[in-house]
Amino acid sequence: MKKSFFTLEHTRQLTEDIWELIFSGDTSAVTAPGQFVNVELPEKFLRRPISICDWTADSLTLLVKEAGEGTRQLVRFPSGTRFDVLSGLGNGFDLEQAGEHAILAGGGIGIAPLYGLARRMAERGHAPVVALGFRTKTDTFYLEEFSALGCRLLIATEDGSLGTKGFVTDCIRSLPECDYVLTCGPLPMLQAVHSLPQLKGGQFSFEARMGCGFGACMGCSVPTKGGYKRVCKDGPILDKEEIIW
Amino acid sequence: MVNLAVSLAGVTLKNPIIPASGTFGYGREYAELYDLNILGSFSWKGTTGQARLGNPQPRIAEMTGGMLNAVGLQNPGIDKVLSDEVPHIAEIFQGPVIANVGGFSVEEYAENCRKLEDVKQVRILEVNISCPNVHAGGKNFGCDPKAAAEVTKAVKAATNKPVFMKLTPNVTDITEIARACEDAGADGLCLINTLLGMRIDLKSRRPVIANRTGGVSGPAVFPVALRMVWDVYEAVNIPIIGCGGVSTAEDAVEMMLAGAAAVEVGAANLKDPYACKTIIETLPDVCQRLGVTNLSQLTGGAHHG
Ligand SMILES: Cc1cc2nc3c(=O)[nH]c(=O)nc-3n(C[C@H](O)[C@H](O)[C@H](O)COP(=O)(O)OP(=O)(O)OC[C@H]3O[C@@H](n4cnc5c(N)ncnc54)[C@H](O)[C@@H]3O)c2cc1C
Ligand SMILES: Cc1cc2nc3c(=O)[nH]c(=O)nc-3n(C[C@H](O)[C@H](O)[C@H](O)COP(=O)(O)O)c2cc1C
Ligand code: FES
Repeated sequence: MKKSFFTLEHTRQLTEDIWELIFSGDTSAVTAPGQFVNVELPEKFLRRPISICDWTADSLTLLVKEAGEGTRQLVRFPSGTRFDVLSGLGNGFDLEQAGEHAILAGGGIGIAPLYGLARRMAERGHAPVVALGFRTKTDTFYLEEFSALGCRLLIATEDGSLGTKGFVTDCIRSLPECDYVLTCGPLPMLQAVHSLPQLKGGQFSFEARMGCGFGACMGCSVPTKGGYKRVCKDGPILDKEEIIW
Repeated sequence: MVNLAVSLAGVTLKNPIIPASGTFGYGREYAELYDLNILGSFSWKGTTGQARLGNPQPRIAEMTGGMLNAVGLQNPGIDKVLSDEVPHIAEIFQGPVIANVGGFSVEEYAENCRKLEDVKQVRILEVNISCPNVHAGGKNFGCDPKAAAEVTKAVKAATNKPVFMKLTPNVTDITEIARACEDAGADGLCLINTLLGMRIDLKSRRPVIANRTGGVSGPAVFPVALRMVWDVYEAVNIPIIGCGGVSTAEDAVEMMLAGAAAVEVGAANLKDPYACKTIIETLPDVCQRLGVTNLSQLTGGAHHG
């Protein structure tokens, strides 16, 4: 973990309520895709945890959905604004565990950390299959970005306005050879993915309300088969086998 | 040169700044960030006889100027702390440690303190009496002067270490509890613990915290804590650790002027993991600006007869 300042360089609106924010700053504490940052906001006591979508040595990309007051503020700051950020938090995805037939599955804003993951998998010579679920066509984002990595993309929308009508689980079912999943999204989606019989293993990214984000307060801990774990420090990625719903 | 050293019931701290229980774990996470030896002391996570899993999620909520928590005393239990945390603490911090102890019966408090008797690095026991008494229908020990005194007596009989009773602010008159602890033999007091509060989510129309209520802490409680330290300072003759909403060196000085001999910093560490380090580094400047050469002389300095 590192505490340092990041400067907002560029904001781009992706959908009605989702924005891409690009910052400059020192990302040396970031070690794996799936980690997150904890961003201080003016007049808010607690920091806001946001997944790392992508990073280079001196830039950081976040995708932020307007969920409440803090995120509504965050996406509206002018370029040049400086933020106090704790970076490199959490365990991140373990690429070594993902075998030949791994699939990345994301729902809504949960696709953010999957992009950085897909890019690193592509750089290692194997662009993964990516299944993304949205409510409707106008909610989709980052499709070209994933395609540009060379990923095979499967899209599901609940109303069928783009891709398969249904859920991301329907996409995974259509590829029975996929036996390992790396996934992030809303809880009901994670639960549905977890119950797919074709999966031998997987890594699931969780959310929790956080006090600190770096393991000190026990505000975020959840029961797992291996005892209580802190989503912020022992997670946010939990192994399929240890999850208790 | 400013002398930052203070004394708590005979234990010398190189400065009055102490991370508060529950916001510093057993030191591990912060030791990755800075050398803990700059601290006056640190108060470890409230430790109970048995391991506790704590409350269901969500446990955290936010408010203007602070936060609420209902962690529910999640801790590994005293035996595991003795075997796994105490040896590790010795590696990351060589100063005096304050052991925060929880309990759900008078016997449990005494037993937990007895187990700490041989841990040399633990120089002060901080007894958190904001816990429900399982033998009295779950009524908080800290809300009843008789129960608070009983815990104090039992713990004093079980240990030779200085005993500081940590008081809850959720009472009509905190000086009554403070006096009861002093009369029962407490060597000092620590106040305040969190204030009981709640938040409701407007969309779901349900409490944000699964436990419904949680403890309020952070800058917003500072004036409340300050006032209680002031009142208790006038009521007792034992040293007070002031706690509640402190986030700057100026806050720490103000807390001492109200009557605190040392100062604990809680929620501020969660927002800024370097909060205690920054406070310690700015204290000399603040003292110099105020013409203070000996920090310990500030204690109670705002009481003029
Ligand atoms: C590990 C992790 C990664 C995340 N990654 C992203 C991301 O990449 N993009 C994104 O848009 N959002 C992400 N979130 C969710 C994001 O943190 C919340 O939407 C945000 O904190 C809401 O703040 P607010 O002020 O807008 O909402 P408010 O409702 O005003 O927030 C009030 C309080 O509740 C907390 N809170 C509210 N919703 C959540 C939530 N879903 N999870 C955790 N805390 C919450 C806030 O942090 C704050 O303390 C992530 C959350 C976690 C835990
Ligand atoms: C997340 C959290 C956990 C806490 N856990 C404990 C605890 O285990 N034992 C205890 O005596 N106090 C506990 N406290 C209370 C603090 O030690 C302190 O008394 C209180 O938060 C007020 O100080 P502050 O405003 O600086 O945070 C906890 C506070 C927080 C925020
Ligand atoms: S949020 Fe503090 S331990 Fe995870």
